[in-house]
Amino acid sequence: MVNKIWLALILIGFIFAALKGDINIVTQAAFEGAATGVTVCFGLISVLVFWLGIMRLAEDAGLVKKISKLLGPVVSFLFPDVPKNHPAMGYILSNMSANLLGLGNAATPMGIRAMQQLQELNPDKEIASPAMCTLLALNTASITLIPTTLIAIRLNFNSANPAEIVGSTLLATAVATAAAIVADRWYRRRSIRRKLPPTIPPTLSLKR
Amino acid sequence: MLGWINLLSAWAVPVMITFIPLYAYFKRVPVYESFVDGAKDGFSTAIGIIPHLVGMMVAISVFRASGALDFFVGWMTPLLESLRVPPEVLPLGILRPLTGTGSLAFTTDLIKTYGPDSMIGRIASTVQGSTDTTLYVLTVYFGAVGIKNGRYALKVGLFSDIIGFIAAICVCLLLFS
Repeated sequence: MVNKIWLALILIGFIFAALKGDINIVTQAAFEGAATGVTVCFGLISVLVFWLGIMRLAEDAGLVKKISKLLGPVVSFLFPDVPKNHPAMGYILSNMSANLLGLGNAATPMGIRAMQQLQELNPDKEIASPAMCTLLALNTASITLIPTTLIAIRLNFNSANPAEIVGSTLLATAVATAAAIVADRWYRRRSIRRKLPPTIPPTLSLKR
Repeated sequence: MLGWINLLSAWAVPVMITFIPLYAYFKRVPVYESFVDGAKDGFSTAIGIIPHLVGMMVAISVFRASGALDFFVGWMTPLLESLRVPPEVLPLGILRPLTGTGSLAFTTDLIKTYGPDSMIGRIASTVQGSTDTTLYVLTVYFGAVGIKNGRYALKVGLFSDIIGFIAAICVCLLLFS
């Protein structure tokens, strides 16, 4: 699906630019987009290096395991196929709480660490496991308690009550998260029903 | 309540980056070496994401600059007006899953033009605050571990974006009008 969306975005853009009679837009926008991609990654370097350093400390000190033991039951409902006490649980929890607090730039490194841990459990390294899809779903919809950036912007433009959107944001994200969890469960069941039988024979035939 | 929340968000990071090293130190972890060791991963991870992010940004940038986005918005306007939804917020619904910085810029512009306490300003704030940039999250998270086939993850993400957008509008219309 990413393949199709990616191609569609470029193709539709090309057609619109051509119809507008200004095909140069495509070239210009493509290189601008590429530059943005690199800039964003470089911005990520500082955040990732710093937080992954801190996370390693938490891991070496046994904090991640402790958190996952403490709050394991909550997460094991969402991630039934991740073994209890697995370090992935701790990272998933840190990622979720960082999202909840609106600490956007701290949530990403923790999410990446969680993904790396889930990848170790993943039998096929190129295809996302159901647990990975769940983590992603939770992240795209993520329940937000404090939309920090937005409050700051509203403050900037002299809002009478900059924080009045806390309630509406919390409600909207709760609905979005619920929708994500339901959809994730639905697809998870469907994919297990569909994909389990054909994956067994090829591995058997390889061994022979 | 609000003061408490603001306090929590201001203290969360400083407390974490002090408490974790301190706790590790008492657990006899060589704190500096351990930090540097973990931090090394950050660099390679960030570099590894570059191709994924460049690819995505190129497509989104071409799509936006060509005017395709404006066209789809114009096409949807009559339908939205009949639903009492201010059509000005629609581009945000389309932009939000595609680009974080783009949609933030758009939200800021809406707030600037219509005022933060207008219905448009409130809806824009809620939409911007409530979902994350699905394509970015997908690209970065899966890119970092080398997943090529994301299965149904994108469908679920986009589905919850649509639901979140509709929910944001409904909640704002209910709460603020």
